[in-house]
Amino acid sequence: MSGTFTKSMARNIFYGGSAFFVLLFLALSFDTTQALPKRDNRDAITPQVALGKKVWEENNCIGCHTLLGEGAYFAPELGNVYTRRGPDFIKTWLKIQPTGTPGRRQMPQFNLNDEELDAIVAFLKYSSEINAAKWPPNIEG
Amino acid sequence: MQYQSQAVAKPYFIAAIGLFIGQILFGLVMGLQYVMGDFLFPEIPFNVARMVHTNLLIVWLLFGFMGSAYYLVPEESETELHSPKLALALFWIFLVAGALTVLGYLLVPYAGLAKMTGNDLLPTMGREFLEQPTITKVGIVIVALGFLFNIGMTILKGRKTSVSLVLLIGLVGLAVMFLFSFYNPVNLVKDKFFWWWTVHLWVEGVWELIMASILAFVLIKITGVDREVIEKWLYVIIAMALITGIIGTGHHYYWIGTPEYWQWWGSVFSAMEPIPFFMMTVFAFNMVNRRRRNHPNKAAMLWALGTAVMAFLGAGVWGFLHTLAPVNYYTHGTQITAAHGHMAFYGAYVMIVLTMISYAMPMMRGRAAANSEKSQVLEMWSFWLMTVSIVFITLFLTAAGVLQVWLQRYSDAPQAFMVVQDKIALFYWMRETAGVIFLIGLVLYVMSFFVGSKDPEAVQV
Ligand code: HEC
Ligand code: HEM
Ligand code: HEM
Ligand SMILES: [Fe+2]
Repeated sequence: MSGTFTKSMARNIFYGGSAFFVLLFLALSFDTTQALPKRDNRDAITPQVALGKKVWEENNCIGCHTLLGEGAYFAPELGNVYTRRGPDFIKTWLKIQPTGTPGRRQMPQFNLNDEELDAIVAFLKYSSEINAAKWPPNIEG
Repeated sequence: MQYQSQAVAKPYFIAAIGLFIGQILFGLVMGLQYVMGDFLFPEIPFNVARMVHTNLLIVWLLFGFMGSAYYLVPEESETELHSPKLALALFWIFLVAGALTVLGYLLVPYAGLAKMTGNDLLPTMGREFLEQPTITKVGIVIVALGFLFNIGMTILKGRKTSVSLVLLIGLVGLAVMFLFSFYNPVNLVKDKFFWWWTVHLWVEGVWELIMASILAFVLIKITGVDREVIEKWLYVIIAMALITGIIGTGHHYYWIGTPEYWQWWGSVFSAMEPIPFFMMTVFAFNMVNRRRRNHPNKAAMLWALGTAVMAFLGAGVWGFLHTLAPVNYYTHGTQITAAHGHMAFYGAYVMIVLTMISYAMPMMRGRAAANSEKSQVLEMWSFWLMTVSIVFITLFLTAAGVLQVWLQRYSDAPQAFMVVQDKIALFYWMRETAGVIFLIGLVLYVMSFFVGSKDPEAVQV
């Protein structure tokens, strides 16, 4: 870099540029929170869904699965599993784990009670109805 | 070593390397579970191995950053560290808290750990990378505050350089962005939206400041190039990092229920995120070419150039590969993401910490400037083994990812996830093989601390 461009000019670009883009980001984030009610399916959040999210988190489902494409890539996407498989399948599935099929990837048995199973299903239903801009591309997730 | 108190960095670096080994072992466990699904099941389910793998990574990088700061700041400030005792106390607190947390992951079912640690009071667990019990998170904040106090006081009482100032801004940013890990609303979209304020704004924001300042410090030391020149580069690089990286967060807001204008903001700004990484590469090579001396620590020079190149490849090139919304629509949450995650983390943050260790450790172990020839040769072998392995891990995962996208997402007859995973198993086997070679490289790395330590120091050529 040539002599006319000094360190203090570089420093000013850093402080000025950063401040500007922090503010722009905050403005966009504020706008996002205003726009969210139309997309994030918040009307569907019931105490049961809240329990479902808690069960989801406290059993670390995200450590093997993705949810709306985020998480681990070891096991199927679950953001749309409610549409792909339906409520009964999900409940039965959770009850019969692990499959024990030799060599096949395994999912643990979490010993969830009926209330928790229904809550997980409610949470996955709520997730599947979030407007995620037509993602995933198809039902396989 | 110019100041006695810089020596507190040593336990930090040793712990970092120790945890690094643990991280890789659990990576290999997972790599095997990818192809032998019932390996170590139910003793270590995949999710547990993954938590250990990623959390150890983050914790050892934090050890590395803190150690680097304890070494760098006194030298830059030309004064002793404010309180070496506090630094040592925080070291043990952090190490014990980290060890307990990892033991908790391994010994107690996760739901039990949540209950034991009172997750009900303030539920923050069960989200990727932020799996730590809330109480561990509180511990991290306390350690971070004590650390920042110590570093801040040292800078305040001494010489204020751009390098230490930028490092401090990066570290403060790290602590501040971590606070968003305590915000966990039931609303999944809001949860995800702010989760990225920690995760993205760390690796593509404030951590870049930490990386660039450590790189600048090491380059000043080993090339002898005028500080004014190096600090000018430093400011331009970090300016570009934040100008592109902050709005670049939008590349995670395409498909999580956030408004669709993020597809534009995210694509445009994140497409420019490779710029600061590219500048770091140009910067490092430029300074080395203009060097005023030939520093005897050739290994440190290799790490410094290596991190500049690999960060650009992993973050810049592999990041760009999947960052545009129309591409990300298909690659989101696939092995492409994992490929990028590995090379970016390794190239930028693993390698910058190893650069600092390589530069500082010889002095902390009583050398004037560098290790013996023999020890350096071994260290450089480990550099190449680990670096080439991570390149291959990335290439194999990319191949797996392309096939996965094709078979599961793009073709006319999309196939189920598990069916597709079966078909691409070959690439997972190859990834695991490359991982074993990585481990061999890591073993050589550790050996380089012991081999040739009685030999005379390498001299300037
Ligand atoms: C240790 C990893 C692991 C964890 C943790 C895990 N799963 Fe799974 N899950 C799997 C694997 C592997 C499969 C696919 C198994 C197969 O097809 O044989 C699967 C399949 C599923 C399926 C069926 C998907 C489909 O499309 O057929 C559902 C539903 C599911 N898991 C729900 C959950 C929930 C809910 C949790 C948390 C309570 C959870 N999983 C935690 C590994 C895991
Ligand atoms: C050397 C052998 C290694 C192996 C076999 C390995 C394997 C794995 C596996 C299987 C996963 C989980 C992927 C999934 O979610 O399905 C993973 C995740 C991860 N690993 Fe490694 N790993 C290795 C080394 C490393 C190194 C050196 C780093 C750091 C530089 C690293 C950083 C990560 C990160 C950041 C993730 C999370 C990725 C994401 O969410 O996209 N790993 N690793
Ligand atoms: C050193 C810097 C970087 C590191 C350590 C890093 C690491 C990661 C990791 C670990 C993930 C996976 C997160 C998850 O598990 O959900 C990720 C995702 C992503 N990164 Fe980076 N990254 C870096 C820089 C970049 C850059 C510069 C770009 C763009 C040019 C980029 C683009 C992306 C995108 C688009 C995703 C989302 C992938 C998806 O949709 O699944 N990254 N990054
Ligand atoms: Fe990002």
